[in-house]
Amino acid sequence: MALLSPRLRAQIIKELLSILRDRRARALLIGPPLIQLLIFSFAATLEVRNVAIAIYDRDGGRGSQELVARVSAATFVGSVATMQSPEQLQAAIEQRQVLLAIDIPETFSRDVAAGRPAPLQVIVDGRRANSGQVALRYVESIAGNLGATMQPESSGNNDRVAVRHWFNPNLIYQWFIVPSLAGTLAMFTSLIVTALSIARERELGTFDQLLVSPTTPAEIIVAKAAPALVIGTTLGMLMVGAGVFAFGVPFTGSLGLLFLTMLLFILSIVGLGLMISSICATQQQAILGAFATGVPMILMSGFATPVENMPMVLQWVAEVIPLTHFLIIVQGTFVKTLPAAEVAAQAWPMALTALVTLSIATLLVRSRLQ
Amino acid sequence: MNLRRLIALVRKESLQVIRDPSTFLIAFVLPVILLFLFAYAVSLDIRKVAIGVVLESDGAAAQSLAAAFSGTHYFQVTPARDRREVAGEVIASRLKGYVVIPQDFERRLATNTESALVQVITDGSQPNTAGFVAGYAQGVIAQWLAGQVGQSTPPVIDVRSRFWFNPEIESRRFLVPGAIAIIMTMIGTLLTALVVAREWERGTMEALLSTPARVVEILIGKLLPYFVLGLLATLGSALLAVFVFDVPLRGSWFTLLLLSAVFLVPALGQGLVISALAKNQFIAAQAALFSGFLPAFLLSGFLFEIDSMPTPIRLITSIVPARHFVASLQTVFLAGDVWAVMLPNMAAMLAIGALFFTLAKFKTRKSLDT
Repeated sequence: MALLSPRLRAQIIKELLSILRDRRARALLIGPPLIQLLIFSFAATLEVRNVAIAIYDRDGGRGSQELVARVSAATFVGSVATMQSPEQLQAAIEQRQVLLAIDIPETFSRDVAAGRPAPLQVIVDGRRANSGQVALRYVESIAGNLGATMQPESSGNNDRVAVRHWFNPNLIYQWFIVPSLAGTLAMFTSLIVTALSIARERELGTFDQLLVSPTTPAEIIVAKAAPALVIGTTLGMLMVGAGVFAFGVPFTGSLGLLFLTMLLFILSIVGLGLMISSICATQQQAILGAFATGVPMILMSGFATPVENMPMVLQWVAEVIPLTHFLIIVQGTFVKTLPAAEVAAQAWPMALTALVTLSIATLLVRSRLQ
Repeated sequence: MNLRRLIALVRKESLQVIRDPSTFLIAFVLPVILLFLFAYAVSLDIRKVAIGVVLESDGAAAQSLAAAFSGTHYFQVTPARDRREVAGEVIASRLKGYVVIPQDFERRLATNTESALVQVITDGSQPNTAGFVAGYAQGVIAQWLAGQVGQSTPPVIDVRSRFWFNPEIESRRFLVPGAIAIIMTMIGTLLTALVVAREWERGTMEALLSTPARVVEILIGKLLPYFVLGLLATLGSALLAVFVFDVPLRGSWFTLLLLSAVFLVPALGQGLVISALAKNQFIAAQAALFSGFLPAFLLSGFLFEIDSMPTPIRLITSIVPARHFVASLQTVFLAGDVWAVMLPNMAAMLAIGALFFTLAKFKTRKSLDT
């Protein structure tokens, strides 16, 4: 099979047309992912800001007033509700009105002034325990600093550590989420485009025509893979561009290597999509199949939560998922100037996946011939 | 409305649902996979973060501090003598940061100045993990220092925290209810959008509309099987959550099913709107992905705190039905039947549902005229 024989070229053009012919389909392929990038990059943050809290000050003395003033001024706090009774405080937590409630006992100011350990009760809504833990750490650090200023002879010991956040000194969350979203959104679009490709023909009955034509299974696979490869890579690179120019994420690595690995990444996804597509008899099955494989891949790739948090067995599974490797490449290429050797180390598992999935897809198509 | 005709339509649609294996994939297999992943894979509980400890000093104190790092279960320590050994590992994302115990550590410790004792370098490309590494490293050092001084002075303000509804702070307890919201969105919105879009695509919708059956009857006939399927999937997921994944159900089963029934109104409505606008399964799948699944995943507040999002995005989340569903599901599972939380959320879901159904009815009518 000569690469790009006239027959293959004609098929690729036909496949591209069958997807891009529809104006709405064209718009939906590029528009929504870019809008989603914009919305989700602002939404997907594990930082805690602007939350509602409650304070029940039973004391009202100098110490407690100082504490209330400091907590109210903190950046993680959006609004402070003043509680008048324990029942009110309980209701505020139970009804999800506040993330956490600080209960200051009557003896607080006296204890602090006398140098006795002053207990401070903090109640956190366990339904939102993740942001609750972050907010609690802020409260603890405010309490620690306040305690230190009230008792000047105690040594403040947190200052004896010099912390430097490499690659992202201010820990701007978007520097992490925008590159990751570029990979994730490009993956889902290419997965759906390819999953539908063969299934659509089978549903419409045109796949049999294709099989009786002189084309080989390998040609069918190449022709079906081409549009998704073009669309997925274009979309991915557009989003990388948006990351650089719209979000101002520093791009320190090699654009050429990123482009090559993006091609490889999309190719491995295309192989997976074609596998799904050749098993499914209808478009509905293909789409649902794409979701049933795509969603777990996103969850295990380290997109939302670190891979290291997972049990060992699932970490091995994550190694097989192309997105896991591509996320490391794309994040590294943006802020870390990822060296070529490291890019290669993450690229070969994707190449392996691409090889395996594309071969299986070809075999599946060939088996339809019999 | 003719009851016999309606029953016949419901029967026809139910048969279609039952006969397609992909329905079972999405309604029963995918929920099991998703619940499993949310219970075990997606974890926000940080443990065993891989870091390097660079010991440049041979002194006893330095050794003891290095041992303190190895001893904590927050870190998985790779020891090194030179920072160049570990810097590359951080770039390759194999280590999340490193601690440098400098050559003159003993001297710095003896001269009780404010100069930094140790340096902590984190991988800022993953801001959340970087924050944890810095925080826990500071904690380890502070604790070690307190032990060195011998007289461990208790903090002046003793913050005592309690996490209500989730005292062990297990992330699965609030993630699993979120997973149920995602599953329901897939069944309600994606499946409905696909099924109705398929009728439009094949032209059988026009055939149905030209029968004496009224538009309302046809739509009820289409939606009722998915409504039942959605409730069955919730029931199955909830049983799994409670009996396998150890998530408590503190509210009543009745409230849980009522909430799911209410959520299905906007979810099915959204599916109907998508299919009426798209009339093509590919476009419907893309639209369901970007307007249904991803918002349920990222904007519903179970993974990312809504209060911390910028105002325009907070406004967008209020029209995401899953947001209201997640808040009430987490409450019914972890807190109980708190009607002060349920009622406003149910009202919001019904309002969004009414909006979608009005839109769908308008679009279905109008398309008949053209």
